[in-house]
Amino acid sequence: MLAWTIYLSFAGVLIQALVPNSRAQLARWLALAFAAAGLALAVAGFIAGMGQGRVVIVDCAWVPAMGIRYLLAADGISRVLVLLTGLASVCGVLFSWNIEHRTAGFFAFYLALIGGVYGVFLSFDLFLLFVFYEIAIIPKYFLIAIWGSTRREYGAMKLALYSFVGSAMVLIGLLASYAASGSHSTTLVDLAHAHLPVSSQMWLFPLVFIGFGILAGMWPFHTWAPTGHVAAPTGASMLLAGVVMKLGAYGCLRVAIGLYPHGLDPWGFTLVGLGSWRDVFALLAVIGILYGALVALVQTDFKFVIGYSSVSHMGFVLLGLVTLNQIGVTGAVLQMFSHGIIAGLLFAIVGRIVYDRTHTRQLAELETMHLSRRLPFAAWAFVIAGMASMGMPGFSGFVAELQVVVGSWSLNPIWTIATAIGIVLGVAYTWRALQLAFFADKQPTAEDHPKEGWHNLGAITWPEYTGVAILTFASLAVGLYPRILLDTIEPAVKALLAGGIQ
Amino acid sequence: MNYADLFRVTLPETALEIAAILVLIVDLAFLRKAVLQTRVTIAAVLGVAGCAVALALLPCTGSAGFRFGDELLLATGGIAGGAQAGILVLTILTLLLFIGSTFTRHTGEYVAVVLMAATGGLIVAAAQDLLVIFVGLELLSLGLYILTAFNKHSEKSAEAAMKYYLFGGMSAAFLLFGFSYLYGITGSTNLHNVMRAAFFATASDGAPMLYVALVLIAVGLGFKVAAVPFHLWAPDAYEGAPTPAAAFIASASKVASFALLVSIGTAMVHIFDGMNRVVFISTHTTPLPRYLGLQMPWTQILCLLAAASMLVGNLAALAQVSVRRLLAYSAIAHAGYILLGIAYLGTSQRSANAVLYYVLTYGLTTIGAFGVIQVVERATGSDKLDAFLGLHKRNPLLAAVLLILLLSLAGIPPLVGFWAKFNLFAAVLAVGAGLVPFALVALALAMSAVSLYYYLQVLKRAYVMPAANATPIEAHPVTMIVLVAIATAVVFCGCFPAILQNWIANAHI
Repeated sequence: MLAWTIYLSFAGVLIQALVPNSRAQLARWLALAFAAAGLALAVAGFIAGMGQGRVVIVDCAWVPAMGIRYLLAADGISRVLVLLTGLASVCGVLFSWNIEHRTAGFFAFYLALIGGVYGVFLSFDLFLLFVFYEIAIIPKYFLIAIWGSTRREYGAMKLALYSFVGSAMVLIGLLASYAASGSHSTTLVDLAHAHLPVSSQMWLFPLVFIGFGILAGMWPFHTWAPTGHVAAPTGASMLLAGVVMKLGAYGCLRVAIGLYPHGLDPWGFTLVGLGSWRDVFALLAVIGILYGALVALVQTDFKFVIGYSSVSHMGFVLLGLVTLNQIGVTGAVLQMFSHGIIAGLLFAIVGRIVYDRTHTRQLAELETMHLSRRLPFAAWAFVIAGMASMGMPGFSGFVAELQVVVGSWSLNPIWTIATAIGIVLGVAYTWRALQLAFFADKQPTAEDHPKEGWHNLGAITWPEYTGVAILTFASLAVGLYPRILLDTIEPAVKALLAGGIQ
Repeated sequence: MNYADLFRVTLPETALEIAAILVLIVDLAFLRKAVLQTRVTIAAVLGVAGCAVALALLPCTGSAGFRFGDELLLATGGIAGGAQAGILVLTILTLLLFIGSTFTRHTGEYVAVVLMAATGGLIVAAAQDLLVIFVGLELLSLGLYILTAFNKHSEKSAEAAMKYYLFGGMSAAFLLFGFSYLYGITGSTNLHNVMRAAFFATASDGAPMLYVALVLIAVGLGFKVAAVPFHLWAPDAYEGAPTPAAAFIASASKVASFALLVSIGTAMVHIFDGMNRVVFISTHTTPLPRYLGLQMPWTQILCLLAAASMLVGNLAALAQVSVRRLLAYSAIAHAGYILLGIAYLGTSQRSANAVLYYVLTYGLTTIGAFGVIQVVERATGSDKLDAFLGLHKRNPLLAAVLLILLLSLAGIPPLVGFWAKFNLFAAVLAVGAGLVPFALVALALAMSAVSLYYYLQVLKRAYVMPAANATPIEAHPVTMIVLVAIATAVVFCGCFPAILQNWIANAHI
């Protein structure tokens, strides 16, 4: 059933390609229909899969001579991320409702991206996973380059090249593991059982981890993220932050950690206090958390604040992954979901609800606009989203970050302390942006407040209400009752940690 | 020696030659007064028919090949058969592109020369003897020189042909010189005998001259496949030649040259095949020292050429403003990837199959790319990047075809270019153990990340940047059908790679 999420998305691409450019409304509704069908399938698959382990969905030979299989399967981690993709894609369509220019083309690329993302989360053959991973690269480029804003061609090209370099590293790893395992099979299970020598795993692990990590916004390879997010149209930045960065993190977990578990073993010596790749990547993740938060603190562009906050939040995911303990990795997966929802919400408010009405993202200009009075819905939505992003109890971010922080203690208490500082910084930059953009102290002067009143910024439209409601509900539901997802994630993480992918 | 055998084995070549003569007769005798478009169409259709007949005759050639005494002169079936079929199909496509062009009034001559060059290509792909190789290469090359110069209204065309001819003549001299050394040392012109004798010669004292011969041959063949540093003709030829001719140079002739390199490499690897019993008495303790035979130096030479081609091709392509020159440099880069596969052929057929797969699909994609250039060039009069501005508005279907083809060249799945790369590099890593092949594969993948940039530069013009001129571009319906068919094939072969792969692996043509 879950496989149809992929097929439906690509069918949507073909249908959008046939919609004439003048029929914008038709294109929107079609896109919404396909995205919603994907979400429905994802939810149904999630519910049907509760309490089950890895379930094979499709398994047939694709290239028999080389042992490549078309193998789609889902375990708890996949199901949660597919659910996230469904939510993000529906909300992304809702917040792209105002795309007037080449609408059908926009949604064609959009659905192609979604289809690739679904495919990655469901592939259990490394070759197939890689194919879907690369399918997701090109639509991103066009979404940003055609429909984007600030320095869009630069941001788009940077994103495409970073992704492609990352995937070239993954491909080297794929080819090397395939050759080293005797060129019989590319399924994840067979490769994991091939018992690659520890010496190979020692260099394959960092290669593949960095390759995927580039897309997960790992410091110092994160620089595509802020520029890409800022340049992208709102729907695309929601997808970028919401699911595309998760592709990277998912690859780190499923491929790098799943296939090369010995790559995380201690080296047997220490270099400036680092004794294994685990330490190296934990350090990079912590730097990412702190660096992203500090840079977000001084941004003058509202969207850049959110862009850097994504780098910071993805640092939690990466840190959680390399803790390699149950609670840390579970937290990382939950953080992927949580950040996907919350970042989507933040980008929607900043990029669509506010920017479309004020036509500026400069905090200094927003400060003079008294948006809390003129756009109370946006202000309150941002308060909620900001609280979720800070990691307030009651929202999904709290559960996830707490687990990561707890898990990191066993790795090295220093990381825990640094991470805690990162959380405090998160409060600071969210608060700063919130205050500057919506609740500036400056009282409106007579000039600011013309007699006839401020000109109308335009009412909030129904797609915006719906999108905000869906995302807020998702974050609250997971925050208040985390077991909805944890019951699905935990067994899958346990199985993965116990013996790779078996 | 049996002339009936020779006739049977060269049936496809014969068919092409008859078609060439027929085209000339029909065009010059009956169509002198006809409109140009009619003449173009009839000549191309006759040419296509000739290729189709040749294709149909391919299975009749059997799989034994043609022997002179004990020595294999022309191979049939297997890799040679697959390459021949590929050459014929690609020739058909370039002839169909010719229908949509108007660069010459000498239509009969053009098609006849294409068919003769294709004959040369078929011979090259099958040749197993130094002399036959040379004759085939010259037949192919002479055709290509003429085709390059065929646009008589364009100075660039004449200049390109002159450069191509001078470089080509020199490289042919190098090649012949190398062959003469091989013959002098080994006393045979048969590839397999040469390689076997060379094996024993390296065991005694003939090695230095053999290495000189290898280098000379690498120069000659490196020129044919446009490998760095023998690539200088390629950008000019691609830019100056009329588009269907450039497409032919970039596809069918490449298939022939790479098939030849595969034949040479295979002969080096399978030294003792076909001998009933080998008794090799060696003073060495190890079974067979690796430095014996020509395989190791040949691999080293090819690796150097491959690495240089990948680097120079991809980096130089970044700076191009003419799309034809961009494609030329990308062809150099692709030649680098393929040479890497040829450097590590191994005893199984796998690498050879992977190389053939790569060359065929690359040729197909590249013909499509030239087809798009032809249409755009006719409408805008330029092949510069800016000529592609707003193509998605001016002709959405053409833009979509260009998108698919260029992404396939960049190696984006699920298009066939990705699968070809994966297949090739997997074969290289399966055959070559150790650091060098791995490092070269890593270099190739890093360089293909670079290549995405310049392909996106073209696609950015077509899709992203605003159109300078929004008038629709009309394409000749035949050209459009060919282009859509090629794009469909690229997507289809990418989604179901096993089909073409099995066909190549089991080619009993």
